[in-house]
Amino acid sequence: MCDQTFMAATFGPCESCGKPSPLMNIYIKNEAINYCSFCVELMACQGLQSGESVASLKRECESLKKKLEEERGKLNDVELHQVADKIEVLGALAIKTRRVLKGHGNKVLCMDWCKDKRRLVSSSQDGKVIVWDGFTLSKENGISVPCTWVMACAYAPTGCAVACGGLDNKCSKAVAMHTNYVSGCTFTNSDNQILTSSGDGSCALWDVESGQLLQSFHGHTADVLSLDLAPSETGNTFVSGGCDKKANVWDMRSGQNIQSFESHVSDINCVKYYPSGDAFASASDDATCRFYDLRADREVAVYQKDSVIFGASTVDFSLSGRLLFAGYNDYTINVWDVLKGTRSSILFGHENRVSRVRVSPDGTALCSASWDHTLRIWA
Amino acid sequence: MTINTLAKGGWHREQMTCFQKMEKVIVAMQDPDMGMKMRNQRLLITVIPHAMTGKDIIDWLMQNYNINEEESLHLGGFLVQYGYIYPLKEPRCLVLRPDESPYRFQTPYFWTSTRWPVSELDYAIFLAKKNIRKQGELMEYEKERYSVLHKRINHTWDFVVMQAREQLRASKQRRKADRIVTECQEQAYWLINRPPWPLNAMICCSNTIILSVRAYVLMCRFVKYSEQYQNHDPIMQGCLPSNPWISDDTAHWTMNAALVPIPTRLRVERWSFSFMELLSDAMGRQEFMMYLEKEFSAENLCFWQACEEIRHGESSKIVEKVEEIYKNFLAPGAARWVNIDSKTMDKTLEGIKHPHRFVMDDAQMHIYFLMKKDSYPRYLKSDLYKSMLSKAIVPQETKKSVFPFVRRQRHSSPSPAQAAEDSRSKGPQAGSD
Repeated sequence: MCDQTFMAATFGPCESCGKPSPLMNIYIKNEAINYCSFCVELMACQGLQSGESVASLKRECESLKKKLEEERGKLNDVELHQVADKIEVLGALAIKTRRVLKGHGNKVLCMDWCKDKRRLVSSSQDGKVIVWDGFTLSKENGISVPCTWVMACAYAPTGCAVACGGLDNKCSKAVAMHTNYVSGCTFTNSDNQILTSSGDGSCALWDVESGQLLQSFHGHTADVLSLDLAPSETGNTFVSGGCDKKANVWDMRSGQNIQSFESHVSDINCVKYYPSGDAFASASDDATCRFYDLRADREVAVYQKDSVIFGASTVDFSLSGRLLFAGYNDYTINVWDVLKGTRSSILFGHENRVSRVRVSPDGTALCSASWDHTLRIWA
Repeated sequence: MTINTLAKGGWHREQMTCFQKMEKVIVAMQDPDMGMKMRNQRLLITVIPHAMTGKDIIDWLMQNYNINEEESLHLGGFLVQYGYIYPLKEPRCLVLRPDESPYRFQTPYFWTSTRWPVSELDYAIFLAKKNIRKQGELMEYEKERYSVLHKRINHTWDFVVMQAREQLRASKQRRKADRIVTECQEQAYWLINRPPWPLNAMICCSNTIILSVRAYVLMCRFVKYSEQYQNHDPIMQGCLPSNPWISDDTAHWTMNAALVPIPTRLRVERWSFSFMELLSDAMGRQEFMMYLEKEFSAENLCFWQACEEIRHGESSKIVEKVEEIYKNFLAPGAARWVNIDSKTMDKTLEGIKHPHRFVMDDAQMHIYFLMKKDSYPRYLKSDLYKSMLSKAIVPQETKKSVFPFVRRQRHSSPSPAQAAEDSRSKGPQAGSD
């Protein structure tokens, strides 16, 4: 005789969906229930709150399953916009230029906001780095950097320092030294460490005080054009994008490449995390922006339109993550509805390529930097 | 089997037919009249009922299928390999020995075909149970897989741990002998059916459905997040009293400065969105500290802050800061001693001998999650928080403010292409903004 030490239903109608299938014996608060593996998976994903009854879980599972059945007929994989069907469509956005910052003598390549929500720093091809009070339009500081093409600049968290880097392969007072141009730099959560990305294909973490290399990140097979730090509780990861069309997620402590995404068909110019930290967006020369879910480990949305032909050079999210601002080489900024995948509006104003867009720290405004020598603040 | 079906994981269908055939054999072997003679087997000091020897199995197969010993051994070997019969001695060695080694039939609940498709969730629950029962003494490969699963299906982990505990509790209610038998069966099942390593999302085609479900549920997070923060997004919903960039009035910034006597209501609401939101707001942190002081657990937040300073501070100050932390928080009898589990404490104390930037990470993480899971939820229910929420200001909208979503058409600056055309037809015109 085979062992059957307790009565267990192994096949029959699932107590949740009713379909006859192999059953798993699950216990909820000492109550034995028989669900098919599909329903168990659903329940586990939903998370069991203490005090939640099996009945209420069943109801939730039912509605989710019905929704999924509807969608499953259409596509094999679930796309973000399907999930977003139940949200209302955004009304027309009425954003316009509120400030124009003139003062650079050449293409503005990069900008960054200060944590005080009104100051910003910008860098330009003419070797100048300017600190502005965006609100009053006054220039507070101007630094001449002994190189052209200052491609990267960043404001330190305390607001007391600025880092910049470019064609001289260095970042700031030679804190960071790469063997090729510095394409992007950002301070980590303090003024003491800088993360840089470089045309030499690597990213690196530096100690500002000593100029020491703390960690290097190798894995890209071509120039790394952009990076962004994850806004997470543990604060240990960042994402980088490069000319090898890949976006890589790295562990800052170990230097390991944790995740990799390759779905763009051309260079990735910019990467930016979604505010919650478990997704990010990328902008590419292939005229699309894409949205990647880190937990599902795949791309879940593509933002593209037939009329958008030129490459996207920069992206940033609005504070809630609902809007994605992307600057393009056709001088425009397209505003995408992140969840629905549609283009919400288009902003005209710049007279040359938009090199960088950044939403202010409190989400009240968007700043764009352009090859037309100006910066604009939109709200 | 075309390449197409193989690629999509179609080999499952072929496997299923084999399972059905094997099951026929197994059922025949257990037939009360014509099946195998079962007896009690001695295994060390225990007596196992309903067991048979390897020799018995081979003899029966030879007799009933009219095959020779070699073929019988071959066939029997598959029955063991696919988990329909499991060995009692050396359970990890899945071979059929033609001698007195004891074997048992696997219960149909644990037949591979019954439990198809194998889910990571199921395996995670099994490992969690074993982990609890054996107090962490898992095999190396089990430990590795446990931590991989912990990362992969982290969002279901509460369910996994809950289910493991419940199943253990249910099993405690059975007789000891039955419990041991079930454990043997389960162990045998998982030896064979554990998900392949490294786990590749698309290996099981049936898992595609489960992956879609998971993807769907995961993506609902984004919808939830955006909905939660929508009212806090000035570009979308405007801000009170007005957006400074539009109205040229900095009142909004003044009201939301780092430390104000009375914060705005939106700001206080935001503290309830996540522990990180509370901690990253200077005022929120201050309020939380006050609450912890009332609870006599303020040392936790102080410790966490001190650790942050090491992680993000100057390299040259690391050693002295670690010393400070040890003196104030970790040394026996320290003034503000923090309660960390012994394993983490030992590891940290070891690490302090050679201090580096990340030496406090484990301890810091432990205290962070302690505050997050325990103090933070209670803070949100506390009078301190509730009164702050009711006191909080809801600014009046300034008359001149303009909300982004207006019904009448608003034009952004005309496109350069349009401007060029206009200038061609109308001559030079004033600046576009």
